[in-house]
Amino acid sequence: MSDITETRLPAAKPSRGSLLTDPRTRSILIQGTVLVLVCVALWFFISNGRANLAARNIQTGFGFLDQQAGFDISQTLIAYSDNASYGRVFLIGLLNTLLVAGLGVIFATIIGFGVGIARLSPNWLVSKLAEVYVEVIRNLPLLFQILFWYLGVLAAMPAARQSLSFFGLAYFNNRGVVLARPLFGDGSGIIGLALLAGIVLAFIVRRWAHRRQMRTGQPFPTIKTMLALIFGLPLVAYAATGFPISLEWPVLRGFNFAGGIRVIPEFVALLLALSTYTGGFIAEIVRAGIQSVNRGQSEAAGSLGLRPGPTLRFVVVPQALRVIIPPLTSQYLNLIKNSSLAVAIGYPDFFALFAGTTLNQTGQAIEIIAMTMAVYLVISLIISGLMNLYNQRMALVER
Amino acid sequence: MHKRMWKVVAAAGALAVLALPASAATLDQVKAKGYVQCGVSQGVIGYSAPNDKGEWAGFDIDFCRAIAAAIFNDPSKAKFTPLSTKDRFTALQSGEIDILTRNTTWTLDRDTKLGFNFVGTTYYDGQGFMVKKSMKINSALELSGASVCTQTGTTTELNLADYFRNNKMKYEVVAFATADETIKAYESGRCDVFTTDASQLYAQRLKFANPDDHMVLPEIISKEPLGPVVRQGDDQWFDIGKWTFFAMLNAEELGITSKNVEEMKKSSSPEIKRVLGVEGSLGEGLGLTNDWVVRIISKVGNYAEIYDRNLGAGSKLKIERGVNRLWNKGGIQYAPPIR
Repeated sequence: MSDITETRLPAAKPSRGSLLTDPRTRSILIQGTVLVLVCVALWFFISNGRANLAARNIQTGFGFLDQQAGFDISQTLIAYSDNASYGRVFLIGLLNTLLVAGLGVIFATIIGFGVGIARLSPNWLVSKLAEVYVEVIRNLPLLFQILFWYLGVLAAMPAARQSLSFFGLAYFNNRGVVLARPLFGDGSGIIGLALLAGIVLAFIVRRWAHRRQMRTGQPFPTIKTMLALIFGLPLVAYAATGFPISLEWPVLRGFNFAGGIRVIPEFVALLLALSTYTGGFIAEIVRAGIQSVNRGQSEAAGSLGLRPGPTLRFVVVPQALRVIIPPLTSQYLNLIKNSSLAVAIGYPDFFALFAGTTLNQTGQAIEIIAMTMAVYLVISLIISGLMNLYNQRMALVER
Repeated sequence: MHKRMWKVVAAAGALAVLALPASAATLDQVKAKGYVQCGVSQGVIGYSAPNDKGEWAGFDIDFCRAIAAAIFNDPSKAKFTPLSTKDRFTALQSGEIDILTRNTTWTLDRDTKLGFNFVGTTYYDGQGFMVKKSMKINSALELSGASVCTQTGTTTELNLADYFRNNKMKYEVVAFATADETIKAYESGRCDVFTTDASQLYAQRLKFANPDDHMVLPEIISKEPLGPVVRQGDDQWFDIGKWTFFAMLNAEELGITSKNVEEMKKSSSPEIKRVLGVEGSLGEGLGLTNDWVVRIISKVGNYAEIYDRNLGAGSKLKIERGVNRLWNKGGIQYAPPIR
């Protein structure tokens, strides 16, 4: 992790003359001085800031996190009322950001890999369509795209009373999307357990199939088996427990729908914009990664009798991933930070709620900005840490 | 990597702290730089918005110009920084502006925790609701289940929560950072209701494609005393702001207008003589000249003139004076005497 150890000169030679000319001593001396200076400067700024704030009678400290917030929020993943504290607002904002960023990362990856592979398709139409997508998406500002989805597409949906219906299961209107809510009756827990068991079994099968193939070269219909396990087991359980899941249908009442799950349009617009935008960049990264794999590799695979699908899966992609992962990490980090553009369309993300509303209601800029920086820093460091781990696993194993 | 990150954090912290200037007399700073820097809204017609000629105009703008006139005898020595509701307090705290004249509600929280002083209530307002006429709603109590568009970081947002909770109604709030985004969302149908201070509802309605399709509901759900704000800890500057406002009210009470101010100097009334600095040396007590009121009234006008020009009969808004009439004319605007 440390730049300093990496850039240090190779193995210090035995010292000649005074201590000052010894590279090791000298570097310790210089680094020590810089560290002390940084600490002194930091201390000076903190104490100066505290003195100035006190002189202006501006409240300081983190006591505000326990104070009542008093405003409402349009999307809350955990229980919230306007009696809740600013600390609760902090949590809600964080969860809203993680929700949109997490789903954004998943969708952007799917779009990116799909479009990236499509760009290399021998089919002229498919590859050109992918190219147009990448060029259009990549070259328009993200804020513009967010506003396009929000004001251009979602605001143009019909009003609540004229909602577009999808068999009564989902309604689309300018207040967002209303979905039927599944109600879990007795015995639903067994279905959940079956799903969990299905997933675990699927991964065990995958591991076993992979090992067997490595050992014997025998392929196994892994994906079909996995899907059958993940979906089949819960379905069997569903039938066995006597169909305990029913649906709560959304009903139009007063201004809007009552019942069901409501997804606010701000969320939809932000998620669409973030995933299509980042997907465009990921597509190019994927294309570059695949093209970086020597043509001879797929030709060799072909001459061994592998069909194009397995060639891509077993020969090209594993090698391409090594090129793809580092820039992919940057795209993920960008997506998370870009989610703060939510403030433009009123999605209550962390930045809008905490560094916006809370900052304004309490006026404690320094504490709140510091906390906001820390939060984004921690999220980003966790993501890059995880991606580095994944990268290590994917790295070329030298034999 | 860690080290570098800490340096960045330290540098950012340093910038944040350096942005707070050592507290010195604001009047001296203003005189030294040659103009007053006022924080205003990003465009609320009647309060602070560019006019047809592209110049800033409005009730809050005129207050700022009055201060410039009192100090420099030149109302054009005022510069304006448009601020969102979200950024306004930080701008004042950090010294980016000298005074915030931006229809800001006076509350205890802001007066104390933010380190501010409110100069006075230049406009008594209250929060109202606007809906589309086609919805056939006559009272705010029929709004249960509605989506409400508002601006973040305002007292509006807090009053809204209180009102709906008090009346046991459900609602969905959609909060935006700027007034324009809020209005756009309301107009596009994202919300059923747009809420803010009643005077602003009238002002923003002028921006709609069809102003007549919208109506303001009769309920006023809060007290919104709006006034200019200064930083705490500089009493001289606080006094200048306060007495500039009182001078405009006293001038209206005494019948001094921008047109007759020169003749009024010859008046035999000792009160008018004192106000206009013909007798006594009251202006010097503020750190200004003795003719400070003459400067304010001749260059900008008294309270009635400013109100009329920006909000009242002489403006597009045509808002009744209502409670903002003088105390002796049925309102609650009352200024301590200049003596």
